[in-house]
Amino acid sequence: MAVNVKELMKEKKSNRSLQTFTEKAAPAFFLVCSIVSILATIGIVLTLLIETITFFTRVPFMEFITGTTWWPFGENPSFGILPLISGTLLITVIAMIVAIPFGLASAIYLSEFASEKVRKVVKPILEILAGIPTIVYGFFALTFVTPLLQVFISDLPIFNALSAGGIVGVMIIPMIASLSEDAMSSVPNSMREGALAMGSTRLEVALKVVVPAALSGIISSFVLGISRAIGETMIVSVAAGSTPTLTLDVTESIQTMTGYIVQVVLGDASYGTTTYYSIYAVGMTLFLFTLLMNLLSQYISRRFKEDY
Amino acid sequence: MNLIDKQLVQNKMNNRIIKSRIMRTVFFLATSFGIAVLAVLLYRVFSQGLPYLDWQFLTNFASRFPEEAGIKAAIFGTLWVMAVTAPVSIVLGVGTAIYLEEYAKENKFTRFIRMNISNLAGVPSVVFGLLGLTVFVRLLEMGRSVMAGGLTMSLLIMPIIVVAAQEAIRSIPQNQYEASYAMGATKWQTVRRVILPAAIPGMLTGSILALSRAIGETAPLLTIGAMSFVAYVPGSIRDSFTVLPIQIYNWTGRPQEEFHIIASAGIIVLLVALILMNSIAVFIRNKFSKRY
Repeated sequence: MAVNVKELMKEKKSNRSLQTFTEKAAPAFFLVCSIVSILATIGIVLTLLIETITFFTRVPFMEFITGTTWWPFGENPSFGILPLISGTLLITVIAMIVAIPFGLASAIYLSEFASEKVRKVVKPILEILAGIPTIVYGFFALTFVTPLLQVFISDLPIFNALSAGGIVGVMIIPMIASLSEDAMSSVPNSMREGALAMGSTRLEVALKVVVPAALSGIISSFVLGISRAIGETMIVSVAAGSTPTLTLDVTESIQTMTGYIVQVVLGDASYGTTTYYSIYAVGMTLFLFTLLMNLLSQYISRRFKEDY
Repeated sequence: MNLIDKQLVQNKMNNRIIKSRIMRTVFFLATSFGIAVLAVLLYRVFSQGLPYLDWQFLTNFASRFPEEAGIKAAIFGTLWVMAVTAPVSIVLGVGTAIYLEEYAKENKFTRFIRMNISNLAGVPSVVFGLLGLTVFVRLLEMGRSVMAGGLTMSLLIMPIIVVAAQEAIRSIPQNQYEASYAMGATKWQTVRRVILPAAIPGMLTGSILALSRAIGETAPLLTIGAMSFVAYVPGSIRDSFTVLPIQIYNWTGRPQEEFHIIASAGIIVLLVALILMNSIAVFIRNKFSKRY
């Protein structure tokens, strides 16, 4: 009997040491997991920075940011990023012209007008729209939207900013709709009731009470949408073309920063060439643009948030 | 004496009500626009690609001839990449979420991790591709392999899983913790036997949704150099590969109409896979999520 108890105590003790070990090892393991996310950021920044610096030892910085010709191939390459930036901004502006009105109107409808029944049907559909892979949107822009637009604009080239930008906008509608709706649903009902009691119509409640109260969330959803449009890759590389042109003409073929990166990696630019390093410089510019937009969006939703 | 002109008030009121009704219709039409685009897109893809979709399409390799082209390599490539991405991203994502919710003290370092994750979620996917190209393909010499592609994807979807897992943990009420501690359980025992079981449905739903995003991603894998013409099934994680979206991209880029039709067929397969995954996620959420 006595032996048994001793063994039991021993077992308990060894269990305890195992227990204290896992008790300490578990948080350490989880900490390591979360450090990986920091490593990913450091990896992105360092990768872009190092290769971009190599790029700038070959191409002067001033030429890069003020040059108006982007022609990285052939004998006489020229690395002025402005055409790529203008292409990106053109796509972004077209996308926002589509996404902001439709996204905001959908949000207002879902939050202020729609019955519970309608909301239950429409919200999942918008989620499906948000989940469609961008390559599918690109295919749709190229094989359906462009031919459709060509009916109205007869000299529209196959690759153009208009159809790519429009579809990028469609892609962003669900995002703006759902984020704006979240912001509007968090406006307390007492404010709506107050306005209705004063004799406002539904529309006046929506536009003069709810939208202003939720404005910080709404604006920050717009900014996030802009960031998505800037970083969108597949739609533009399928449908917008690959001719970097400094233009504001939406019917022209253009190239975005993301489109350029895809073009180069597909063309298999050999490691070590200036063209190879240029994708990192372009990637860096892209990263800075989207980072700025994301920080701006966070700042807006924090700084102007109204608490109820 | 009548101070209020009833007619005038009535008119003004009517105008406002009519305006409200008109705008309601306008908002409704705007909402329908997104749905209409989705309907046209689905109709277009299915009517074009469905006749081509048969067993041969699923079991043939890519080909120069549209009538012989298939997606066998792409399907297996996608499965291989997911076999790397799923475990890595779920372990990292759930681990990070548990750390942030259960163990992290509220200090600068924790705030930094939080801010970092929300910024990472906003980085364009093509930039993740550049990271993968430099670090996994070149620096760690993995080549353009399944491994490199899977790890790149893991980093891309990790932030999504973290956020979903955090929400799942946060929805567990405080009394569950208190009951566990009151029974003499340690922190780790509480996490493992109370928190994790209760949070798993939410974590699983979020992970499946994140993986369905990864299946449709094209840009990062294009950037690390996944090939578009592969005529074999990858045999190990060191092999080169292609995935479904890249195959679709390749066919979309060709001028011949026939290739657009098989691109449609490929898109149908991709969309069916996504809808299947989303249904599973919704099913898990409805079936297993507890209400406290």
